[in-house]
Amino acid sequence: MTAFVQQMVLGLLIGGLYGLAAAGLSLVFGVLKVLNVAHGQLIMLGGYGAFWLFALAGFDPFASLVLVVPGALAFGAVLYWALFGWVVRATEEARVKNSLLIGFGLALALDALAVRLWTADERSITTTYAGAVVSVGGIAIPLVRLASLVLAGALIGGVHLLLTRTRWGRAVRATAEDWEAALMTGIDIRRAYLLAFAIGTALAGAAGTLVSVGYSVSPSIGLEWTLKALVVVVLAGLGSMPGTFVGGLVLGLAEALAAWGFGGPYREMVGLVLFFVVLVARPHGLFAR
Amino acid sequence: MTRRRWLALGVVVVAALAAVPRVASTDSVLNFLFLVLLSITLAQSWNIVAGYAGQVNLGHAAFFGLGALTTRALWIAGTPVLLAMGAGALVATAFALVIGAAAFRLRGAYFAIGTLALGEILRITAGNVLPEISTLPAATIARYRLADRYYLALALAVVTLGVVATLARSRAGLGMQAIREDEEAAEASGVNALGLKLLALALSTALAGLAGGLFAYYHISYYPSHPFGPHWTFDALLITFIGGVGTLHGPVLGAIFYVFLKEYLAVRWVDFHLLIFGALFIAIVLLLPGGLVEAARHVRALGGRKAS
Repeated sequence: MTAFVQQMVLGLLIGGLYGLAAAGLSLVFGVLKVLNVAHGQLIMLGGYGAFWLFALAGFDPFASLVLVVPGALAFGAVLYWALFGWVVRATEEARVKNSLLIGFGLALALDALAVRLWTADERSITTTYAGAVVSVGGIAIPLVRLASLVLAGALIGGVHLLLTRTRWGRAVRATAEDWEAALMTGIDIRRAYLLAFAIGTALAGAAGTLVSVGYSVSPSIGLEWTLKALVVVVLAGLGSMPGTFVGGLVLGLAEALAAWGFGGPYREMVGLVLFFVVLVARPHGLFAR
Repeated sequence: MTRRRWLALGVVVVAALAAVPRVASTDSVLNFLFLVLLSITLAQSWNIVAGYAGQVNLGHAAFFGLGALTTRALWIAGTPVLLAMGAGALVATAFALVIGAAAFRLRGAYFAIGTLALGEILRITAGNVLPEISTLPAATIARYRLADRYYLALALAVVTLGVVATLARSRAGLGMQAIREDEEAAEASGVNALGLKLLALALSTALAGLAGGLFAYYHISYYPSHPFGPHWTFDALLITFIGGVGTLHGPVLGAIFYVFLKEYLAVRWVDFHLLIFGALFIAIVLLLPGGLVEAARHVRALGGRKAS
C-alpha cells in the first residue's frame, strides 16, 4: 500500500511539470492556431540554460529561473519574428500544416545543434539539497520535486492572472477567441501573437529548468516532452491554464498507475494510448465546443 | 522533356544501375546506392499520402517497422524472402486500414499528431516485447551476398516509381490531389474522400512495408524496435519536401541529395546533416514550397529567357 501511494505521489509530482510543459504549447496553439512541435526542444534548451548556469557560474537552479525565463521570452520573440510570424499570415488550414513542418525542421536542427554543442550525455543538476526528502507517514517526498510542483502551479497561476486580469492578456484571449472580431475592435493582433508565442516559450524555458533539477536533460528529450505536452493539451482542451495544469496531474497519475499495474516500460504507453483514443473519439479535444 | 524521353532516360539509368555490381570494386558503392534506393522507396511511399492526398502522416515508421518485423521473422524461419516481404506488406496494410478508418476522422494537425503518437506506441511496444537484438543465423551470414540486396532494392524502387507514376495520372490519383487542395470542395464534386484517402494509405503502407522487409533482409543485426524509430518518418518527410512534395522525381532527387550529404558529412560529424537539413527544410517550407524540383524549374526558366 505504501509503495502504491509512493508511486502515485511521484506521479503527481512529475504531473505538475507535464502541466507546465503543456501550458506553453496550449497557449501558442490556442492563440496563434499554430502547432509548434519543437516545443519539447525549447524545454530542452531551457534545461541546458539552467544546467550551464549551475555548472559554470554556480547558480542555484531555482534562482536561475530569473535569468532563464526572460532569456526564453526573448528567444521566443526572435523565433516568432524569424519563423512563426510568417506562418500566421496564411489561411488557418495552411497555417497549421506549415507551422507543423517548420516546428519539425526546427526540432531536428535544435536536436542536432544540442548534440554538437553539448554532446549526447544526460545531465542533471545536483545541488547540495538534491537528496532532501520530506517523510509523511512513510511516504518519501523529494523536496526538489515538491518545490518544482509548487513553482509549476505558481507559474501557471501567474500566466492565468496575466491573461484574465490585464489589458494585454484580454487582448490575447480575444485574439484566440476570434481574431477577425478582435482586429475590428482595434486589437493589435500581431502583438497578441508575439506576446503569446514569447510567453509560451518562456513557460517552456521554466519547465526545462525544473526538468534539469528534479530529472535530467539530454539532446534527445525534445520529442518525448512534445508528446507529453500534446497529450495534456488534448486531454485538457485549449483555453484554460488551470485546466491544463490539472490535465498534467492526470497524466502523471495515469502514468504512475500504468507503471504500477503493468511495469515500468508501459509508463510511456498509457499517455499515448489515452491520447489516441481521446483524439479519435473527440477529434477537436475533450472540451471543444 | 516529353514522357517518352523520361521513360527512355529511366531505362538507361536502371540499366546502368543494374550493371554496377559487375563493375564496382568495393562494397561501399553498393551500400551507398542501396541506401539511396531504399530512401527513394520510403520517401516516395510517404509522398503518396502526403504529397498526393495531402495528409501529413507522422507515423510512417510504424508501417516500415511492421514490414521489417514480419519479414525478418518469416524469413529466418525459412520462408523465401520475397514471400516474407509480401507478408510484411500485407501486415502493414492491414494495420493501416484498421487504424486509418479511425485516424482519418482527424483533420490537419490532429491527423499528424495522432499518427505521431501511433508510431511511438508501436515503437515502445516493439521495444518492450522484443528487447533482444535480432541477428541472422551463422549459416545465413555465410551465404550473404550484398548484390542480392542491391538488386532487390533497385527492383523495389522501380516498382514504387511505377506505382506512383501510374497513380498520379489515374482518376483515383486526380481525386486524391483534389482532396489535397480542398477536401470539402472535392467531396462536393463527387470525390469519395474517405475511400481515396484509405486507398492512398493502403498503397503507401504496402510500399513502406516492402521497404521495411528490404531493411530486414539487408541488415545482419539490429534491434527489432529500430525500424519503428521516428527518424524513418522524418527521413521520408525531409527527402520528400527537399526534393519536391507531390511530384514523381522530387523524392528521387531528394534521396540522392540527402543520402549523399548524410554519408559525406557522417565521415566527420555524426548527425551534422540533420542540422543542415533541418535548416534547409525550414527555408524550403517558407520560401520554396516546391523544393528542388521547383528550384530547377526556376533555373530552367531563367536559362530559357537568356537563350531567346
